[in-house]
Amino acid sequence: MDLLGFIIILVKVLVVFAATMLTVLVMIYLERRVSAFMQGRLGPNRVGPQGLLQPIADGIKFMMKEDIVPAGADKPIFILAPAILLIPALMTFAVIPFGSDITLFGRQIPLQVADVNVGILYVLALTSIGVYGIVLAGWSSNSKYSLLGGLRSSAQLISYELAMGLAVVSIILLSGSLKLNDIVADQQGYLFSWNVFKQPLAFIIFLVAVYAETNRLPFDLSEAEQELVGGYHTEYSSIKFAMFFMAEYANMITAAALTVTLFFGGWDFPLVDESSLGILGTVLSVCSFILKMGFFLFLFIWVRWTFPRFRYDQLMKLGWKVMLPLALFNIFITAGYLTVRALV
Amino acid sequence: MGVVHGQEMVLNIGPQHPSTHGVLRLQVKTDGEIISEIKPFIGYLHRCFEKHCENVTYEQVIPFTDRCDYLASMANNFGYVVAMEELMEIKVPERVEYIRVIMAELQRIASHLLALGTFGLDVGAFTPFLYMFRDRERILDMFEMTCGARLLYNYMWVGGLSHDLPIGFVESAFRFLDYFEPKIEEYNNILTYNKIFIERTADVGVMPADVAISYGVSGPNLRGSGVKWDIRKDEPYSIYDRFDFDVPVGIGEKGNLGDCWDRFNVRLTEMGESIKILRQALTQIPKNGDVHQTIPKKIRPPKGSIYKRTETPRGDLGFYIISDGSPIPNRLKMRSPAFTALSVLDEIGRGWMLSDVIAILGSLDIVLGEIDR
Repeated sequence: MDLLGFIIILVKVLVVFAATMLTVLVMIYLERRVSAFMQGRLGPNRVGPQGLLQPIADGIKFMMKEDIVPAGADKPIFILAPAILLIPALMTFAVIPFGSDITLFGRQIPLQVADVNVGILYVLALTSIGVYGIVLAGWSSNSKYSLLGGLRSSAQLISYELAMGLAVVSIILLSGSLKLNDIVADQQGYLFSWNVFKQPLAFIIFLVAVYAETNRLPFDLSEAEQELVGGYHTEYSSIKFAMFFMAEYANMITAAALTVTLFFGGWDFPLVDESSLGILGTVLSVCSFILKMGFFLFLFIWVRWTFPRFRYDQLMKLGWKVMLPLALFNIFITAGYLTVRALV
Repeated sequence: MGVVHGQEMVLNIGPQHPSTHGVLRLQVKTDGEIISEIKPFIGYLHRCFEKHCENVTYEQVIPFTDRCDYLASMANNFGYVVAMEELMEIKVPERVEYIRVIMAELQRIASHLLALGTFGLDVGAFTPFLYMFRDRERILDMFEMTCGARLLYNYMWVGGLSHDLPIGFVESAFRFLDYFEPKIEEYNNILTYNKIFIERTADVGVMPADVAISYGVSGPNLRGSGVKWDIRKDEPYSIYDRFDFDVPVGIGEKGNLGDCWDRFNVRLTEMGESIKILRQALTQIPKNGDVHQTIPKKIRPPKGSIYKRTETPRGDLGFYIISDGSPIPNRLKMRSPAFTALSVLDEIGRGWMLSDVIAILGSLDIVLGEIDR
C-alpha cells in the first residue's frame, strides 16, 4: 500500500470514529429532549443554547465522579468489561458503506473504512462479543443484581441472535454476497428495489432483534431499572459507567446503520444514479444515509418511551417460538423463489 | 420427573430500591429468577403516630392522619372526622358534606393516578407515569387553591372544614373534569390495552376472592378479585347514598380473575365513577352555608369508643377511637388497608419471577406511610 492510500484509510478511520462519537453525544442529548417533548416536559435546556452542551456537561461530570470498585469485585475483569462492550460497538461501523464512491486525487475512494468480503459475518461476530462485556460486568461486580442482569443478557443473546442471523441469511440469498457493498449495490435503482419491500418479514424480525441486541426497551432486561436497580452496571460509577452508556448509544447507531444498509438501500437515493453525478452524488448519498439512519435512531427513542418491558421468559418465548420459525419460513420462501427463478 | 432445584439465593430488595414505593425491604429467596419466598420487612417509616395521638388533643390528631397515607390525605382526614362526628353526634351542614365528598373523590382520582402511573413504571413504561403526573398536578392545584397545601392538607376538621371553597372552585372543577374524562381513553391506549402490558400483567399474581377475604384485603385490590365490596355503597357514610355510581369489579377480562391487570383496570374504571360522583356533587352543592358553624369550641367526646371505617383509595380505613371523656384520646388505632394488602404479597407472589413480584407489588398499591404509621 502506498503512502497516500494509508493516509486515506487513516483519515476515514478518524472521520468515522469522530462521527460516531459525535452522534453518540447528539443521541444522548436527543434522547432526553425528545423524551421530554413526548412527555410534556422541557428536558435539559440550560447548558448552552437549547441545552445543546448538556452531553458535554454530563461527560465532565462523569469524569469528575469518584471511581468506585466494590469490595470483592474481580478487579481486572471489572475494569475490562466496559471496554469489551464499547470497543466492538465502535468497531462495527468500519464495514458499513455510508456513501457512494468519491474520486479524489485521481483515485476512486469508497466511503467505507474496510470493504471486508465477509462483512455481515464480521458485524454479527462483533455484536456477539459485546454481550461478553455485559456478562462479565455482571459477574465481576460481586453484586446479586448485577449477576442477574448479566445472566439475563446471556439468555437474551441466544434467543434473538439466531432469528436475527436467519433474517440476514435471506438478504444474503437475495444479493448473493456477504459484502455489505454488494448488498447496497443490489438494492440500487428504483424505490421498490430496497430489500424492505422484497423481504418485509425479514425486516420486521431483524428490527425486533436489533432492539434486543442494543438492550433497549422493550428488551432492556439486563438493566431493568425497576427490578434490578441498574442491572449489570449497578456497581459501576464514573467514566466506566459512562463507557457503558456510550456503548449503548454506539450500538444503537451501528444497529440503525445496519438496518439502513440491509433493508433500506444503504446510501441509495431512489431513482438517482449517484455515481454519474460526481461529488454531488456522493454528498446526496451521504445525506440520504444520514437521514435514513436518523429516522431509525428516532424510532429507537420513540419505542423506548412508549412501550413497557417484556419479562425475560417472554422474550425467549418470542425469540424461539415466534421469530425463529418465522425466519426459517422466510428463508424457505426466499430460497424457493430463487430456485424457481433460476429454473424458469 | 421431579423439579430440579438450583441453589437458592437470598436477595434484599430495598429499603433503597427504585420500585418499593417508599422504604420497604423485601427479603426474597430466589432460585435464579424464580421467587420462592417473600418476606416484607416494614418499619423504616415508623413515626409512632398512634402513640403520638394519645398525647395530643383531638384536633391535633388530624395532621397525623394526613401524614399516614400521604397520597390520599383528604380521604384520611375524612375517615377520622366521620368517626369523631359519630362519636360526638355532630350533624354537619349540607355544604360541608358536599365539599368533603368532592375533595375525597378528587383525592381518589389523584391517588389512583399515582398508583396506575407507578405501576406502569414498575413494568417499564415510563411515559404513562408522566402523563398521569401531569393530570394529577391539576388536582393538586385545586387543593392548593382550596386550602393552600398540595399534599398534607389538614382541611377537614371535626364538625366542619378549615376553609370554605374559594371563589371559582366549582367552575375550575368542572373544567378539570371536562379535561380529564377523555384522558382515561388516552391511558387505555398507551397502557391498559398495550399488548406487552397485558402480557406482563394478565394472569400474573392471581389473588382469588377467598384469599383476598381471608387476608382482609380491601378496596380496589379486593374488587379486582371480583368481590363487589365498597363501603361507600355497602355502609354509606356522609352523603354517599345520594349519588348514583357503580362499583367496578374485576371480571378476568384478560386472564384469570384477580390478576394484576384486573386490579389495574378496576382503579382505572373507578376514576370514571369518581368523575360521575363529582359531577353530581358539584351540581347539587348548596350555594350557602357556614363551614365553621358546627365546629365545637372544645372537643370533649363522651366516654366510650367508636370504630368507623371509610373507603379511601386504598380500601377500608378504620379508625378505632377510645375516649375517656378528656380532650385527649385514650387510644387511637388505625386499621390500614395498605398493611393488609402487603401481607398478601407472599401468598400471591410466591413462584413468580422477580419481574412479576415487582409488578404484583406495584399492583397492590401500597403506601409505606400508612403501613408503618
